[in-house]
Amino acid sequence: MNKVNSFIGAPIERVEDLRLLRGKGTFIDDVERDGMAHAVILRSNVAHGILRNVNTSAARQMPGVLAVLTARDIGTPMPTIPLRHMTIPDVVRPYEQPVIAATKVRYVGEPLAVVLAETHEEAEDALENIQVEIDMLPAVISCRAFQPPPAILFEATGTNCAITYYAKRGSGQTDFPDCYVRRERFTTNRHTAAPMELRGLLAEWDDGNGRLTVNGAAKVPFTTRRILSKLIGLPIEAIDMIEFDVGGGFGARGEFFPEDFLIPFAARLLKRPVKWTEDFREHLMATNHSREYDGDIELVCKRDGTLLALRGHVFADIGAYLRSTANVGPRNIAQFMSGPYRIAEIDIDVSLMMTNKSPTGTYRGPGRFEGDYMRERLLDLAAQDLGIDRVEFRRRNLVTADEMPYQVSSIRPPEVSAYLDSGNYLETLTHCLKEFDWETKSKRQGLQEDGRYWGVAIGCFIEGGGSGPLENARMVVGTDGTISVYVGSANVGQGVETVMAQISADSLGVDMERIRIFHGSTTYLPDGYGSSHSRATVMAGSAITLAADELKKAVRKAAALRLNCAETEVVLRGTTAQTPYGTSVAWSELAVEELAGFGTFKHKKNTYAYGSQAAQVAVNPGTGHVEVIDYISTEDVGRIVNPLTLKGQIIGAMVQGLGGTLLEHLDYAEDGQLLVGSHAEYLIPSASDFPNLRVFVKGEYPSPNNPLGVKGAGEGGLICTAAVISNAVASALSEFGVSPTSLPLSAPRVWEMIHQPR
Amino acid sequence: MAGQSEGAKPMKLPKFDYACPATIEQAVALLAGADGTARPISGGQSLMPMLAFRLLQPSLLVDLRHVPGLATITINNDGVHLGAKVRWCDIETSAALKVAHPILTAAVRYIAHHQIRTRGTIGGSIAHADPAAEMPCVAVLCDAEIEIVGSAGKRKIPATSFFKGPLMTALQPDELITGIRFLAWPAGRRWAFEEFARRRGDFALAGIGVFFDVRDDKATNVHIAAFGVGDTPLRLANAEAALNNRPLTDAVIKGCCQAAREAVDPRDNTHGSSAYRRGLVDYLLGESLRRLTVNSSKACANAH
Amino acid sequence: MRTDVELNGKIFSFEVEPRTTLADCLRYNAKLTGTHVSCAHGFCGACTVIVDGQPVRSCLMLAVQANQSSVLTIEGISNDDDLTPLQKSFRKCHAVQCGFCSPGILMSAHALLTSEPDADEDRVREVVSGHLCRCTGYIPIVQAILEARPAYKKQRSELP
Repeated sequence: MNKVNSFIGAPIERVEDLRLLRGKGTFIDDVERDGMAHAVILRSNVAHGILRNVNTSAARQMPGVLAVLTARDIGTPMPTIPLRHMTIPDVVRPYEQPVIAATKVRYVGEPLAVVLAETHEEAEDALENIQVEIDMLPAVISCRAFQPPPAILFEATGTNCAITYYAKRGSGQTDFPDCYVRRERFTTNRHTAAPMELRGLLAEWDDGNGRLTVNGAAKVPFTTRRILSKLIGLPIEAIDMIEFDVGGGFGARGEFFPEDFLIPFAARLLKRPVKWTEDFREHLMATNHSREYDGDIELVCKRDGTLLALRGHVFADIGAYLRSTANVGPRNIAQFMSGPYRIAEIDIDVSLMMTNKSPTGTYRGPGRFEGDYMRERLLDLAAQDLGIDRVEFRRRNLVTADEMPYQVSSIRPPEVSAYLDSGNYLETLTHCLKEFDWETKSKRQGLQEDGRYWGVAIGCFIEGGGSGPLENARMVVGTDGTISVYVGSANVGQGVETVMAQISADSLGVDMERIRIFHGSTTYLPDGYGSSHSRATVMAGSAITLAADELKKAVRKAAALRLNCAETEVVLRGTTAQTPYGTSVAWSELAVEELAGFGTFKHKKNTYAYGSQAAQVAVNPGTGHVEVIDYISTEDVGRIVNPLTLKGQIIGAMVQGLGGTLLEHLDYAEDGQLLVGSHAEYLIPSASDFPNLRVFVKGEYPSPNNPLGVKGAGEGGLICTAAVISNAVASALSEFGVSPTSLPLSAPRVWEMIHQPR
Repeated sequence: MAGQSEGAKPMKLPKFDYACPATIEQAVALLAGADGTARPISGGQSLMPMLAFRLLQPSLLVDLRHVPGLATITINNDGVHLGAKVRWCDIETSAALKVAHPILTAAVRYIAHHQIRTRGTIGGSIAHADPAAEMPCVAVLCDAEIEIVGSAGKRKIPATSFFKGPLMTALQPDELITGIRFLAWPAGRRWAFEEFARRRGDFALAGIGVFFDVRDDKATNVHIAAFGVGDTPLRLANAEAALNNRPLTDAVIKGCCQAAREAVDPRDNTHGSSAYRRGLVDYLLGESLRRLTVNSSKACANAH
Repeated sequence: MRTDVELNGKIFSFEVEPRTTLADCLRYNAKLTGTHVSCAHGFCGACTVIVDGQPVRSCLMLAVQANQSSVLTIEGISNDDDLTPLQKSFRKCHAVQCGFCSPGILMSAHALLTSEPDADEDRVREVVSGHLCRCTGYIPIVQAILEARPAYKKQRSELP
């Protein structure tokens, strides 16, 4: 399609900033309602046990306390939170989380009771007076399948393996004579997204009309509404999910958590608005974890370095329940472990293992960060063994442009295929090498004059995005000359208002100043699918172009009537409609009768942005500290809508990836206690840690899968991070013979690799 | 079987009363009258997180903000005196202090962040006694004297006897720190203060302070202390002995570091193993001593 | 307890429990919600305000401790007519994404540049290290603060 690029492609400053910079954003804790009560959740401090009793009688007597809810108040059948992607209900239902613990507790942090009080402080004061009796059971904290396991979490199924997915490509060949085979065990560690705004909700119940309003929706408000409707027993139309400003999501916030049922339930019971906000310690145990995998992966290639096969088995540490997106990361790690490389034979299983830890879900680049780590490590190990240059090894195995659409593995059950859509992977690799100055930097290897060990690495990645099935957009002309655009996308801080305004403006051929974007809340559109999997620009952006076409048709029709001419004679110039006879009318004048366009973009084909990253590190043998000397990303995103926000996403993702590789770790004790309760323990990057990052973006190979040609690009910055940093550390420490196969590469662990190799 | 749940602890502060006395005598009386359940508060940078996590539930907070005479930095021939309410930012911005007692200023640069240093006080840090905190180590390293007042009157305790365990000191419940006195710091003294933390401003995984004077090309009056590797900051007597009255040769430095490594016995924990922390002490001390042979008395920058 | 504070240039009187933090007092008593609370234990800096000229973590201060003090919040350094030079610089450099950490960082930056308009990159980075941001990766934030220096230098040179 040819659209005039007035706004698309320009580094437009964000409209959101005008309020956010003044402290005039509205985040959920900023919202108040008259008569508002406060909810605080009592959470289990036992990882696994039979729940005998939750005695709330003392708590209920405390000042300001209005009620204390337990499983008994929720009743039977106890609602459970459904797996929302690719579900097989008969298989997964036993593992779904009840909205409050009833008979068993399965993780530290599981909700046991909800205290409702006049003030937040009084609710917290009451927490300490609830008596809980739990018969403890052994805790399962490893996702490796041991026979017998220390305990079974779900007696009904008798196994801790909820489901296994199979990713396959090729003929099923298992014998590869005269070939090189390298098998390794890799483990990736447990992370959490840790957005700066913690979760909160404010639920309101209109008893007269039987309507529920839930303020504080994010990410996938329409989906959350559907789920809530079913669990709470209200028709969808009786529920509004309202989105305000959202302080980051990264895939974790916005999914359905127990609180998303408990707080609306409490509001309906009390017949008063109920507000709930979590604190950071609670957030660490109650919000979705992610990224913990244990895999045995085998790479097969010819002696000349031609990749032939990638095989293996991965255990995914799911946590205590299969929450709404628990299977996304595991499916991705298996299906996309091959990344941008041509590997004919792929056979990777992933087993979802239940453990007594906080439940998991999606977190930026889910399964991709982890799978790329395993694959790229194997590539460097193979290259080293075979004596082939690491760059050359990658070059000869990258999928080429004329092989596209290139089918990667299919995964089942259910069966889903995927095709790499467009691009020239070799070009971005070459670009990366040049910008990084690989030639010079790769010579600085091993012990240097500063007493540290230096090394480099390069990696290639794809970033799947733009997932379907559909998205809606509605455009309405106002009598004040503005054009309101309603999209089903959610704002999580990524600049959706600005990007959608750019696309709207260019699609209509009008000035961006006239566009008002409304997003997220279910009151704007009949249905939507939110912001996940880097889909907003692709899906909502494309829906906007379709809505714009419809709106322009409607404008022509209305103008033709008003100006008494044929529709084909109407010419649109900005927000006026003109005829060849010198007459014209402003759209705003036509808007006295509804003037609108609606568009739905549907597709089943994801987009694949792609690129390469390179890093140079220096490792201090005295402390184990890894300094990132230079780290660059080159990416082609199909078509750049806003280079300013795009680069911002990539830098932010790179730093998050570095945090995950070097600093962040959710540590559990043998008894299932989460040992991390504050920012002193969960170490997210600060401004001093990673100042040396560079980003290069291009939009030269549009995706054929949507009218804009854009590709989702919010996650790519970190997909290759663990891979590249680990390979750089391995390269730096090669004379010690250390081979990192686990994350994080924290200073203590790197030190131990050097000084206490096992 | 698990009883009363301590699940996710609340984050709003517990209830307490608050008093803001105008004199030190009134402050002491308030502490004495609360039978051990009151706490003094000044900058609050150590106390407030404890309250937020409900690790402390005092009946009364006694705010020292209006108590006069506790916020002065005094430098004279006898040394340096810091009132208990002297803030980190006051130390950082004192050009005179940087000359009179350079290791103090150097250590403060490692403490937390700029926005903490605008309120955190030396008295608060000493009273809090976190084993990984910088100032208790500096006090122990320099044989500082802690000045205290309580209902029984005034007293002084050497820093080396003041710290009893993690977050435990010799202070009685009705006592307040009023100041800390450091001996005069001679020009020409060699010193270093080094720590390693995961991120800038974090609590140290391990840290060391060292100083010595030079006579006849030998190190004398050697003082070495480590923090973050025990329940309190530790003077490393064997490491001091390994260096005292000796020249700073590679062999002597190695022996000193080995003695330091053996003198500490940190626990394994989620932040690092015992072997790692001992390795850090060895490395930080070694790097510091090696730099001191090359340069004069400059403090080392952070290890990485 | 009664607490009197000079808040953004005007005297306010609050009736608060001793245990109410300054952050909560600003948000719920003064209804100035631009100051955000994230960690509530003094690590993240989202709650940073300026008290008696110094940047402080308002979650680590009791409201009663601010009695008779001056407090400046994000609302106090903003105006409806236009963005300030510091805010414009943040916008230009795309130093804001979700905006949750931003008010705290803007207060620290404002305090820093007011007293040290010549702050170099190391110093800026040191001060920004007292803040946690999960979205931007910090590089645009440091850049934005450096680019705002001329406006603060100019302001200082224009002072009588």
